[in-house]
Amino acid sequence: MIKISKQGHHLIVLITVLMLFSYLMQNYADEHILMVANFIGISIILAVSLNLTNGFTGLFSLGHPAFMAIGGYTTAILTFPIAKRALFLPDFPEQLANIQLSFVPALLIGGLLAATIAALVGFSVLRLKGHYLAVATMGFLIIVQVMINNFDSITRGPTGLNGLEEFTTIYWVYGWVFVTIYTAWKVKFSSLGRSMLAIREDEIASKSLGINLFSTRNLAFVLGAFFAGIAGGLWAHLVTALTPNTFSLIMSFNIVLIVVVGGTGSITGSIIAAILFTLFTELLKPIEESFSLFGLSQIIIAVILILVLIFKPKGLFGSSEPEFLR
Amino acid sequence: MSFDYIVQQIANGITLGSMYALVAVGFSMIYGIMRLINFAHGDIVMIGAFTTLYLLQNIGLPLPIVAIMVLIVGFGVGMLVEKSIFLPMRGSPQVTGFIASLSLSIMLQNFGILILSAQPRNFNFPEYMNSIITVSTIKFKVLDVVIIVTTIVLVIALLLLINKTKLGIAIRATAQNLDVARLMGININRVIMLTFAIGSAIAAVAGLMWGGKFGQIDPLMGYIPGLKAFVAAVIGGVGSIPGAILGGFILGISEVLFVGLMPPEYSSFRDAFVFIILIVILIVMPNGLLGKNMEDRA
Amino acid sequence: MLKIKNIDVYRGSTHVLHHLNLEVKDGEIVSLIGANGAGKTTTLRTISGLLRPKNGEILYKTDTNSHPIDTTSLPPNEIVKLGISHTPEGRGIFPQLTVKENLLVGAYNRVDDQIESDLLSMYNMFPILQKRSRLDAGKLSGGEQMMLSLGRALMSRPKFLILDEPSLGLAPLIVEQIFDMLKRINEQGVTILLVEQNAVMALELSSRAYVLETGRIVLEGESADLITNKKVQDAYLGGAES
Repeated sequence: MIKISKQGHHLIVLITVLMLFSYLMQNYADEHILMVANFIGISIILAVSLNLTNGFTGLFSLGHPAFMAIGGYTTAILTFPIAKRALFLPDFPEQLANIQLSFVPALLIGGLLAATIAALVGFSVLRLKGHYLAVATMGFLIIVQVMINNFDSITRGPTGLNGLEEFTTIYWVYGWVFVTIYTAWKVKFSSLGRSMLAIREDEIASKSLGINLFSTRNLAFVLGAFFAGIAGGLWAHLVTALTPNTFSLIMSFNIVLIVVVGGTGSITGSIIAAILFTLFTELLKPIEESFSLFGLSQIIIAVILILVLIFKPKGLFGSSEPEFLR
Repeated sequence: MSFDYIVQQIANGITLGSMYALVAVGFSMIYGIMRLINFAHGDIVMIGAFTTLYLLQNIGLPLPIVAIMVLIVGFGVGMLVEKSIFLPMRGSPQVTGFIASLSLSIMLQNFGILILSAQPRNFNFPEYMNSIITVSTIKFKVLDVVIIVTTIVLVIALLLLINKTKLGIAIRATAQNLDVARLMGININRVIMLTFAIGSAIAAVAGLMWGGKFGQIDPLMGYIPGLKAFVAAVIGGVGSIPGAILGGFILGISEVLFVGLMPPEYSSFRDAFVFIILIVILIVMPNGLLGKNMEDRA
Repeated sequence: MLKIKNIDVYRGSTHVLHHLNLEVKDGEIVSLIGANGAGKTTTLRTISGLLRPKNGEILYKTDTNSHPIDTTSLPPNEIVKLGISHTPEGRGIFPQLTVKENLLVGAYNRVDDQIESDLLSMYNMFPILQKRSRLDAGKLSGGEQMMLSLGRALMSRPKFLILDEPSLGLAPLIVEQIFDMLKRINEQGVTILLVEQNAVMALELSSRAYVLETGRIVLEGESADLITNKKVQDAYLGGAES
């Protein structure tokens, strides 16, 4: 018998659960439930990856949807059928006109581009601290939105891109859910992860321990952005349409909320909070629409966050994982 | 481009700058005393605008009385918000307060949508406010003059309050050193609440002006003034009241000139430029023009 | 005047003060000495209400005949009203308030009409403060700031004065002036609790003293006895008193 470590054991359980879940959803769930399952998966990717940035280093970034937008638009544009471009994007730059990729490479390029831009942005912005960093990343989000709105030759501006192909399946989504969780877990329980948590706990102390603050922070930021880019690509080819307004401050707020409620630093917390959040908003949607109480779910969510910040500022799980998983 | 044109643009910039200054002053005071970036500050502007609309058009009160009532409403909302949300968070990390203010902002906006719907409403001031005064070649609406004069009056009143009264000394003492202020017997919770309320009251009055100036209001309108106030406060040095006023005018005038003098195809980049300026100032000149040394910024 | 009974104080999860007992009688000068990190400042901050003890109580009597008041759970501003004034470590002046405003903040809770005349008597006591009255306090020298801090404390007309390291960072000559001043203030009926690194000066000024080590009182007694105590000499007086 091969001896399997506890970690390896968890890994097998996780893969089995995700595969079984995806299989059941794909074959037995109706279209609406399948959609919700996909949204849950994307929320998990977003929350866990933001947790890589926010949770482990204490860097509060509101820029996650910006990286999502970069990944989403990149994937959508690179996979856009050449035949349809003349109609939808008549002013498409010539250098790119004959490039059309299949979904997976396009998705990876989208993620990598988001990561590259994160590295450039991080280089200047990560000098800021705490709430100033939060504001600067929010500014970055707005800047990306404005850019997308104005570069209509490749993005179609405010109209957005629609009629994208439905590449995203539940297997892709939960495949990436696995990769995200696995990476976050590996990072958290590596020496790098420990230095990240050290930065969060005490900046001066970790400086004196010889941890390179700047590059560790930057790495956390870049890694988070990569997965946000992937989530954006998945999102684009799930809902088959993209507009700049999708990637709004509200979205950013919702992802932050998931991380805070789950407990900044806790991967399990982010996963559970992402599931609860998505189910909650999906359940409230019909109520909002049939009673025309628009804004109700957002109000309830905002109130919940404020209550959590007051009464349980460390969230459901603090920054730790449940005992039986460690 | 004539000289008159530029002077006219500057005059417009002063009107705009007055409103920015009023919002920025409260923002800066609140930051100064509780180190909170209050993202919901702009939404107080929205509340002020809708209060004005209701009192003016539904009840039909005269404008000066409306203005005073808006001041009171803003004060009350500020008090309520501080006491129910920020007081229980005293002592938490700064980012917690910021996230809470973001929640508050989203809550207020969605309350607005829920109660009032997202549809913009027309906002009409009495006719005389729109009549035109000509000073040599520069044209002013009465409204512009009212905005500028009200701003001057409010700013002077605020500076007197801050510099000459016991409460003002307590506010400044609390902003400089919270613990020592407590040792002096200052009830800091009360002082912080009053500061928050005063800042909110002034922002609400700015909402009255904003509605009059732009003619349309909606529940999401607070975003832009909130954002501009933040930029203005950062330009002037967050925490400094004269800095916020100066920053407001600099931002107002440069924005009008930017839009007036630049080719129109760049004007859609306006929001992006505002943020780029903000980020650059935060990194390069974190204390702004008149700000005191704030080591906790960068 | 002040009786601390068995308090335990925590900072976060660190247990800083262990079952601490301390008493200051009417009209005394009591000094509290100990190494850095022993918990001296924590003790003072607990008395003035900035920190809450987890258990135990703090009783305070405004004068000998009055009923003791339990201040354990009062906020700092209520404690100030009882006549307790705390001059914090590092002097705690407000750098961007003028000298005069700093003095006025000291009288924040007073409603009588003698604030102006008290201001003048502070100027008499510290003429330099009058000269600098309109200047931002942050521009004063260290010694001047200490005088301002002391003057500000007196503006509240305290019955009980708490001082945290008044000698810190000051030239010896100025320290001597300050200590003379403290003696005179005490002679006018103000009870004083003094925390000092400079154990010699503290013991010379005070009538009784406590020695604090890692959050526990390890020695207490008449200052005159402690100054000759072998243990105290070795640990805090560095053999300087020879």
